Amino acid sequence: MGSVAVSVENLNKEYRLGVMNYGTLAHDLRSRFARWRRKPDPHASVIPPENALRDTARFREGRFHALDDVSVEIEQGQSIGIIGENGAGKSTFLKILSRITMPTSGRVRLRGRLGTLLEVGTGFHPELTGRENVYLNGAVLGMTHQEVRRKFDEIIAFAEIDEFIDTPVKRYSSGMYVRLAFAVAAHLEPEILIVDEVLAVGDLNFQKKCFGRMDQVGQEGRTVIFVSHSLPTVGRLCPKSILFEDGKIVTYGKTVDVISTYIKRGLAEAPTDLAFNQPAKPGACGKIRRILIENHNGVPAGSVELTEPFYVVIEYDILMPANKVTISLEIHLDELQMSVVTLSDSELQPELLANRKPGRYSTRVKIPDRILNTGIYHIRSGMVQEYQIVDVIESSSFQVEDNLEIADIVGFSRKNSITALQIPWSLERLGAP
Amino acid sequence: MADAENSKWDITITSSQRLLDLGLEEVWRFRDLIKLLAHRNYMVNYRQTILGPLWYVISPLMTTAVFTVVFGVIGAMPTDGVPPVLFYISGVVVWSNFSSNLVSTSDVFIANMGLFGKVYFPRLTIPIATVLTNLITLAVQIAVFSSVYLIAAYFGARVRPSLWILCLPLLFAASITMAVGVGLSVSALTTRYRDLTSMLGTVLQLWMYATPVFYPLSQIPERWRLLVALNPVSTIVELFRLATLGEGTVSFYSVVISSTVIVVAFLSGLVLFRRAEMNAADTV
Repeated sequence: MGSVAVSVENLNKEYRLGVMNYGTLAHDLRSRFARWRRKPDPHASVIPPENALRDTARFREGRFHALDDVSVEIEQGQSIGIIGENGAGKSTFLKILSRITMPTSGRVRLRGRLGTLLEVGTGFHPELTGRENVYLNGAVLGMTHQEVRRKFDEIIAFAEIDEFIDTPVKRYSSGMYVRLAFAVAAHLEPEILIVDEVLAVGDLNFQKKCFGRMDQVGQEGRTVIFVSHSLPTVGRLCPKSILFEDGKIVTYGKTVDVISTYIKRGLAEAPTDLAFNQPAKPGACGKIRRILIENHNGVPAGSVELTEPFYVVIEYDILMPANKVTISLEIHLDELQMSVVTLSDSELQPELLANRKPGRYSTRVKIPDRILNTGIYHIRSGMVQEYQIVDVIESSSFQVEDNLEIADIVGFSRKNSITALQIPWSLERLGAP
Repeated sequence: MADAENSKWDITITSSQRLLDLGLEEVWRFRDLIKLLAHRNYMVNYRQTILGPLWYVISPLMTTAVFTVVFGVIGAMPTDGVPPVLFYISGVVVWSNFSSNLVSTSDVFIANMGLFGKVYFPRLTIPIATVLTNLITLAVQIAVFSSVYLIAAYFGARVRPSLWILCLPLLFAASITMAVGVGLSVSALTTRYRDLTSMLGTVLQLWMYATPVFYPLSQIPERWRLLVALNPVSTIVELFRLATLGEGTVSFYSVVISSTVIVVAFLSGLVLFRRAEMNAADTV
């Protein structure tokens, strides 16, 4: 077990709501005067921010608890991902760690130098040349002049902008600007590096290069703390992760487990049975009214078994006698934003294309087991008439789970493919080797 | 776990901070940043300007010319027997150094919020760099003053420099210290009260009238002079004139009072600034 690089103890961050500090002296004086006379403060905000009703636990005594008693220890040399919904406290946590804002109480201790990358190009000045900005940006990020000088050539090579290095950066294309900015950041050598979703810059090639650099930083024994909304990226870069929810740490462990916890918590809130009661578009021949997923027992579910088939039920209205109407569905893998299975009700039953009578219909498709690998999916269903889209709806996301852990038999936690097909192999012994 | 507990931590982040912890060691560690920021300020100020540093020559000369016409010729105000041009330019150089240092250190948090919200470095590096850049302006203006001074002396103007002239660097250091002290306080307060920014211009104008820039302190009745010394800039202007022109109204007590005010202003500026630094990200 390595030594601890970051130790966080009982960290709290509170924000006072609305009261005082209106931004002008006159307002403040009026507030103070009113309180002094024991009159209600004319400027106290009565209504807390929008989502207050949802997590009232975070509002106590007129204060919003952005971080609520957070404690964690991060070992040296670990790459840690931080995930959670917007407003869960990730950014506040990062800001305290990187000393941009102070905690209300609690303590953070760090071993080694700390580098922060909350944004690429922090401190870049458009009037200065690329060279001047490299030095300035390096210094802002905590490098000494010597360090930057030693790495200068490497930085320029990484950014691929040698011939423009003495041009003011205001004349750079946005791509060049970002590449240079990232190059400086990538050559920081702090013992602890905090990164906030800045990797999504540049073209595909440059992104690949950045990921490579991140991996390298991790292997050099540095501690990396990486915040992102992109679960695949976190999964790829960080062996361990922390999940934040409502200002608290929910879990801290292997990224695979943390991500699945995160997703399950999100799914628990989504309705499994969706109805669409809006009136049909004028002139439309029909409308999809309902979609739900049923597990192999025929029970509506937000989560189905990898090794069992499941059912998609679609209810729709036909409002007027119509020809050539097809109901289709696509099963989308959320992570990759792509369709894995596409089906139409008429492809095996061409007779459905003939005249349909008005009425409400219910159709049910059985999706065989192991067609979908574990993951999060949602279904998009459409009603099409002669290449014209009549109606399109989307289901809530649902999860395909591997409770039997069939994949573990071969030592992976998940098959590394879109499908999880299991197909028999034949084997015969041909003789001595 | 035990060894982790015992070994040293490099950075500790807590909610409290000792009142007089000015974090100066850390500022020293970031000295490269100060240099680069000063360089940036310089470059940004002069690139793409037609006259570049020439502005710093023209502006005191213009002000002096205006003062000479308005107060010297039209108003016919006394100048302690010193040639009016020299009298006014001495006031202008000292005052403009003071006010430019004050103004440029008074918006540290507002002007740099984008930067401060993204990365940590000792915030004091910004005003320090600004002061360093302003030294260039001061050098130019002193050169202007010296030229005017030598030309006037060549044409036989009555100037009597004294040995006090050797103390001029100290005098400007005092002036900058005062300006930065007030500037840092204003910086700190503007994180909570934006309207201070707009008040600053008016306050500075009144402050200039309260300073013997275009009138000699000797015009003020004797019993008020120690009160005037509460404004250290007035003492600094008079000392500057005494050193370079041989005329100035300074007493031991006024120097003591002014020095005390400078020290108090500087220290409270630093303390306020450090306190604002902790909360700026949340309040601005």
